[in-house]
Amino acid sequence: MPQSASKVIDHEHLFREPEYQDMLANKKKDFEYNHSDAKVQEIIQWTKTEEYKEKNFARQNLTVNPAKACQPLGAVFVANGFHKTLSFVHGSQGCVAYYRSHFSRHFKEPTSCVSSSMTEDAAVFGGLNNMIDGLANTYNLYKPEMIAVSTTCMAEVIGDDLNAFIKTAKEKGSVPSEFDVPFAHTPAFVGSHITGYDNALLGVLKHFWDGKADTTAKLERVADESINFIGGFDGFVVGNMKEIKRILDLFEVDYNVLCDPSGSWNTPTDGEFRMYEGGTTKETVEKAINAKATIVFQEFCCEKTAKFIEEHGQEVVRLNSPIGVAGTDRFLQAISRLTGKPIPAQLERERGLLVDAMADSQSHLHGKRFALYGDPDFLLGMTGFLLELGAEPAHVLSTNGDSVWAEKTQALFDASPFGAGCKTYPKRDLWHMRSLLYTEPVDFLIGNTYGKYLERDTGTPLIRMVFPIFDRHHYHVRPIWGYEGAMRVLVDLLDEYFETLDANTIVPGKTDYSYDIIR
Amino acid sequence: MSMTIEEKKAQNAALIEEVLKAYPEKTAKKRAKHLNVHEEGKPDCGVKSNIKSLPGVMTIRGCAYAGSKGVVWGPIKDMVHISHGPVGCGQYSWAARRNYYIGMTGVDTFVTMQFTSDFQEKDIVFGGDKKLEAIMDEIQQLFPLNKGITVQSECPIGLIGDDIEAVSKKKSKEYGGHTIVPVRCEGFRGVSQSLGHHIANDAVRDWVFDKTDPNKRPDFVATPYDVAIIGDYNIGGDAWSSRILLEEMGLRVIAQWSGDGTIAELENTPKAKLNVLHCYRSMNYISRHMEEKYGIPWVEYNFFGPSKIEASLREIASHFDDAIKAKTEEVIAKYKPLMQAVIDKYRPRLEGKKVMLFVGGLRPRHVIGAYEDLGMEVVGTGYEFGHNDDYQRTTHYVKDGTLIYDDVTGYEFEKFVEKVKPDLVGSGIKEKYVFQKMGVPFRQMHSWDYSGPYHGYDGFAIFARDMDMAINSPIWALSKAPWKE
Repeated sequence: MPQSASKVIDHEHLFREPEYQDMLANKKKDFEYNHSDAKVQEIIQWTKTEEYKEKNFARQNLTVNPAKACQPLGAVFVANGFHKTLSFVHGSQGCVAYYRSHFSRHFKEPTSCVSSSMTEDAAVFGGLNNMIDGLANTYNLYKPEMIAVSTTCMAEVIGDDLNAFIKTAKEKGSVPSEFDVPFAHTPAFVGSHITGYDNALLGVLKHFWDGKADTTAKLERVADESINFIGGFDGFVVGNMKEIKRILDLFEVDYNVLCDPSGSWNTPTDGEFRMYEGGTTKETVEKAINAKATIVFQEFCCEKTAKFIEEHGQEVVRLNSPIGVAGTDRFLQAISRLTGKPIPAQLERERGLLVDAMADSQSHLHGKRFALYGDPDFLLGMTGFLLELGAEPAHVLSTNGDSVWAEKTQALFDASPFGAGCKTYPKRDLWHMRSLLYTEPVDFLIGNTYGKYLERDTGTPLIRMVFPIFDRHHYHVRPIWGYEGAMRVLVDLLDEYFETLDANTIVPGKTDYSYDIIR
Repeated sequence: MSMTIEEKKAQNAALIEEVLKAYPEKTAKKRAKHLNVHEEGKPDCGVKSNIKSLPGVMTIRGCAYAGSKGVVWGPIKDMVHISHGPVGCGQYSWAARRNYYIGMTGVDTFVTMQFTSDFQEKDIVFGGDKKLEAIMDEIQQLFPLNKGITVQSECPIGLIGDDIEAVSKKKSKEYGGHTIVPVRCEGFRGVSQSLGHHIANDAVRDWVFDKTDPNKRPDFVATPYDVAIIGDYNIGGDAWSSRILLEEMGLRVIAQWSGDGTIAELENTPKAKLNVLHCYRSMNYISRHMEEKYGIPWVEYNFFGPSKIEASLREIASHFDDAIKAKTEEVIAKYKPLMQAVIDKYRPRLEGKKVMLFVGGLRPRHVIGAYEDLGMEVVGTGYEFGHNDDYQRTTHYVKDGTLIYDDVTGYEFEKFVEKVKPDLVGSGIKEKYVFQKMGVPFRQMHSWDYSGPYHGYDGFAIFARDMDMAINSPIWALSKAPWKE
């Protein structure tokens, strides 16, 4: 009997005990009718070959282990970034259970969101009644100051019209007529979670700037000196937002953050559950139309929103997830140019400290080969930083990045000798990445939790920097943007390098001559 | 001073009244039918169930796709399960249920992978059947050791009228009778994940049983002691810590449904002498079918906590001869000292603690016995997607005056916990952080909070340890700052 009360053993060790090993072997032998071990080995070896890679890359229809989620997830992210706003997803309820679970697993925080719970009858007759009853229930029960509506694929396929539905619901008294219900159509079969972010944020800005669905006058822009900041869909939002605000405060600039969920996904354990915490207020959204300019941190995540803001007379500065020195330089220079204020001395010093740290450590990362995947903007930022470190971003893969993104990444490669031979892989998935890691191995992989399957199969050490991260805790509270963020990224890269080096040299009397204490 | 039962009942009834006041009238009227105080001697818990969730309230429920792909089919390890439709459903359910298995993932096993047809707008407009055919060809080419394919329909499939059955038949024929199973588990069907379980069971019946030659494996030699584990998803290894007991009793477990299961095991199940059913809600349908069609009796069992395990082992043994019965007594005797040691260690730390549960499947009732073995009391419970027969079965577990809440909304659950002040809440990831913020100890009772197994004797030791670590963690004493006391 393996179990004991004095030392309780769980799944990690229990099933390695001989009783269980015998049991599992017998199950396999007598009942599973598996392929022979030789056959399995043969196929394993085959999946590592160039031939398999070619077949794998030739696939046109099947997607295996994609590094993207669907639009409504991005919309829920956005709704969470507004003050006392409840996210209301019009469509079937299972989706909402998934979004809530997905965010809670990443942030280790509650995620509030409701659904209109559409079922078969709504599929036939449309979801209007669900909207009418749903908005009334949400409004009465959870007392939000705003309800942000988005859709699932179901509502989109049957063609429910949110604008008309919300109008009708208001006429029926579900919520007061002046109550703010911005909305966005976010079909899951178009784009990815970053498209959903874009559409939902656009929906909020449109609502407030363009006359609240024709119920009030459009806002007139009266230019002021403030700067808008839009972060984009960001799994590190708690740490990143804090860092960006610190930077903007150091500049002493008047700024408006448009969509800030860093409060709602970072609440204390003190005996009280806060359903709403922090977030961008309506006043800020309305004031933001007057800003001098908007800085968008993730160009590919905010295409339509950026265009909309431009059309309202503001300059838009598009960045790509500034990670590292040059990316942050561009951000600070943009603020400086827009406001006429000099770069604060403290930030200049932090830049020097970052460069100092990079210089101290560069020999360890120089020439190391990396594979990375994730959202397009993250990849541009991270690729830039790796090149600054003298590392080679050999495979840069995105499931939701297109050819425009790939060209932009290629331009980064072309501008650096370390980019020679590096390649981009737009619209590819992690099963493609698996082939790449076998046929053209790298030293490290940068990705999300799902990358651990690639780490297991190919032996490539994984550094987690991409949403979602389920199997490591609290990564999201430390920034990866700005000079301070780059320091964290640098340390994470170095940690993985040193850990790998130690693991490779730890055998006493055999390899431990390189098990150094000073590096 | 403890309350009398009557005082407790009055308090719970008042609590329900109070909670309902927050709703608009029409909604309150509907929700009132799902909340009740259990009266001993009644045939069920007095709540309506398996009814549509109300729009705009925070239901904890999922959808039919979650029931089929996420629960029933997903854990069958040597088949490729296609999430057919847009990318999201597959992405969010990817490896989320900890269905443990042994195998070379991506080669001969596929559970922790996400296969999707990643529907784009053109697939909605022109239909996805052609794409599905091409996907199956690509699966056959890149994953040649797969033993079968399932098609798990997401919402758009049913709405645009794709014929996944025709595609499955055609391709199966083309691949020489390869098992291909279309499952119409679109998320909008039914009122919760529950219909997905049923649909998935029906798909096993229609596309596995009815299409498998009973003599497919002439080398399978039946014995009088053949049983199949039905409705155990091997979360954290649950089915393994259950299987080991059945085998120690002298039984031969010819199939596991579906945790660590294979298509071969499904196909051989009609040869079992008895089906032993753990999750009644998700697999009673196929058990009843096997009873009707193949004459295989089925028996429910509960492997949470020594009292229920002991009773269940005897119940299962009662279907077999004296040799099995004798061995079963040996198994019970063998584990008794371990169970006593676990109880001696943990009961003093847990005695009298109150628990509130809200989970799916069988757990809102089945775990009550395990808590009672540790001296704890379940004061409130309810099902995400239970039916009336679940609430009937629950009467055998709950005490008079227990608060019952079907398809509880986030609002109700928070209010109930605030007022009842349990020492522990057992529910899911969406609820976990809400209650922890409130300073209430919590265990996820879907995923065992990434621990487990909890089934069987080996599992009970882990269960007891985990409840102790949750309730007696020093963290809860820190949740109020000393200057706030």
